[in-house]
Amino acid sequence: MTVLLKLAGVDKFYGPIGQGVHAVQNIDMDVMKGEIIALLGSSGCGKTSTLRMIAGFEETSRGTISLAGREVQTLPPVRRNVAMAFEGYSLYPTVTVGENIAFALKAAKLPAAEVDAKVKEVTEMLEITDILHRYPTSVSGGQQQRASLARALIRDADLHLLDEPMGQLEPQLRTLLRGRIKHYIKERGLTAILVTHDQTEANALADRIAVMEGGVLQQFATPQTIKEAPANLFTGTFVGEPPMNVFSAQASDGGGQLQLDLGDGVHLNYASDAFAPEVRATLLARKDIMLGVRPYAVQRDTAGAEAQVIANQWLGDQSHIAATFARGTIVLVEHDRADVAVGDAIRVRLAPEDLHVFDKDTGAALSHGTHLA
Amino acid sequence: MNTTSPLERVLRGIAITLVILFFMFPIFWIVLMSFQTNATILQVPPSIFFEPTLQNYRGLITGQLVTDTSSLEIKFMGNLFNSLFLSTTSVAVGLVLGVPAAYAFARLKFRGSEDIAFTLLSFRFAPPLLVLLPLTIYFQQLGLANTYGGLIWVYQLIVLPLILWIVRGYFEDIPADIEYAYRIAGHRWWTTFRKIALPLAGPGIAAAALLAFIFAWNNFIFALVLASADKQPVTVGALAFITASGVQYGQIAAGIILSIAPTFALALYAQRYLVEGLSLGAVKG
Ligand SMILES: Nc1ncnc2c1ncn2[C@@H]1O[C@H](COP(=O)(O)OP(=O)(O)O)[C@@H](O)[C@H]1O
Ligand SMILES: [Mg+2]
Repeated sequence: MTVLLKLAGVDKFYGPIGQGVHAVQNIDMDVMKGEIIALLGSSGCGKTSTLRMIAGFEETSRGTISLAGREVQTLPPVRRNVAMAFEGYSLYPTVTVGENIAFALKAAKLPAAEVDAKVKEVTEMLEITDILHRYPTSVSGGQQQRASLARALIRDADLHLLDEPMGQLEPQLRTLLRGRIKHYIKERGLTAILVTHDQTEANALADRIAVMEGGVLQQFATPQTIKEAPANLFTGTFVGEPPMNVFSAQASDGGGQLQLDLGDGVHLNYASDAFAPEVRATLLARKDIMLGVRPYAVQRDTAGAEAQVIANQWLGDQSHIAATFARGTIVLVEHDRADVAVGDAIRVRLAPEDLHVFDKDTGAALSHGTHLA
Repeated sequence: MNTTSPLERVLRGIAITLVILFFMFPIFWIVLMSFQTNATILQVPPSIFFEPTLQNYRGLITGQLVTDTSSLEIKFMGNLFNSLFLSTTSVAVGLVLGVPAAYAFARLKFRGSEDIAFTLLSFRFAPPLLVLLPLTIYFQQLGLANTYGGLIWVYQLIVLPLILWIVRGYFEDIPADIEYAYRIAGHRWWTTFRKIALPLAGPGIAAAALLAFIFAWNNFIFALVLASADKQPVTVGALAFITASGVQYGQIAAGIILSIAPTFALALYAQRYLVEGLSLGAVKG
């Protein structure tokens, strides 16, 4: 595996460097050839800015961007050999959808038969063969979006940048196309960076996910690592549905046991060997910590701590139970229909292997389960 | 469609007719005048019944201004040619200079770009006479006075700011990403400008050109001061109709008809571009 794209210390300021809006902050990222990367983050976190710097539409304020072995941050877009699907589609209004899709291939003087075959292939994949002769303004937003995606995917570029390529599609189509797009990209050995704020999409499509917030790259890892070992409190709570439960806690040594005081009379006691010794030492040294546990990991156990149910919803395939617990609320997900009603007292257990511990001040992960982060 | 009652429709028709009559009457009257002699024009009370004559038009075209007492030469056709030549060339020069500049102002935000654009617009604020006095002196020293080149140069004061500001707005309305999409597909900015920006702003450019043409055509003061008889456009040439033996109303009317004909034709032809130009919104989104 070779590194295709390398961002090193990349900053984006809108306005003067050091003064304007600091939209992207000191990002380092390596993308391997053939990988699909998802840039995941809430609106305004700098995803589009990052893509546009890679494409060359926005100046890179600081840092270097290397693509296919050369530094490109000062090259014009035409010399970077990347393809892009724009957030706002940006189809050429004066030509048909079909011509829009074929444009770059025709400009590159590919034989007409080859162009037609490629257009057919990509438009069949995206289910837009029926609108090829229509003009962009006369088709729906979802169709424009797929046309714009087709225009990018059809190209044989070093890197494909896809900015929220499926935001306008209805859920069924989105699920169908996810699979097809992934297959299309993998089959051709393309490399793609996909911007999304939909974590399901990121999980389904990406080999690795780059979680961004406030212009900062929070974590860059496989979907599994992000789920099992979130690098910080932000990633932990941002990725995962429903979000991770978080409580502030104080760790203390209760006569050999590790005791976590969550406030409001909730004390969790763990046997002296429940955690690896270095985890135990870290927690005791920090004292004030943030404790995270995923909703589906919370267990009901008669020996557990008490919580008062405030809601119980059956979603058809899982129950979501919310209960007041310690100084806040805890959410549980169970796969059977839970037989509890509002006002009931339940007892919950947070198993040591399911605990994520974060630094109270920086939010950085200290331990996942029984081991150090 | 059918929500208006017949009465309302009739009233509306009458109202529209009145408005049209009010605005078209002077033009209608001028058309009538152009087919009359000075004598019938000046009779009291005026009448719309008269024996039409082509003598006014004949006089203009042959260049002989015939009055009751004398006959003198008039260069009306020459003036008409000057107007056409000056306006067309000025607009052409204005487009060549103004459209790329408008694109630059729309797309590249560089230090002082707003100030430069505003300065260009401010040419339109200054009273022309203020500019003209020093210009006359410079032009005489430079040998530009009374040349087509000099006039076309000065006409840029009228044409360039108009084109620049109107066309800039149209370029700004084209989403930059459409151009980026084209550039990333392997085109340089010059190709992108030609193939994407220019066609999309086309209706706006046509509208600006038409407007600039009309402004240039109607200009009076620059040409009055800077051009002598053989370079004068119709607006200045028309002064010749005020003769020692009175004002030649019939010929003035014929002159008006002849001199509005080109702009009128152009406006009719460009009408659809103007409408298109005003509905550029379809491009967005
Ligand atoms: N052209 C611009 N000028 C000034 N600020 C901008 C510009 N584009 C984006 N921003 C700001 O930069 C931040 C990141 O924006 P963006 O990269 O578009 O976020 P995302 O794609 O993640 O929603 C936002 O705060 C946004 O307001
Ligand atoms: Mg965005």
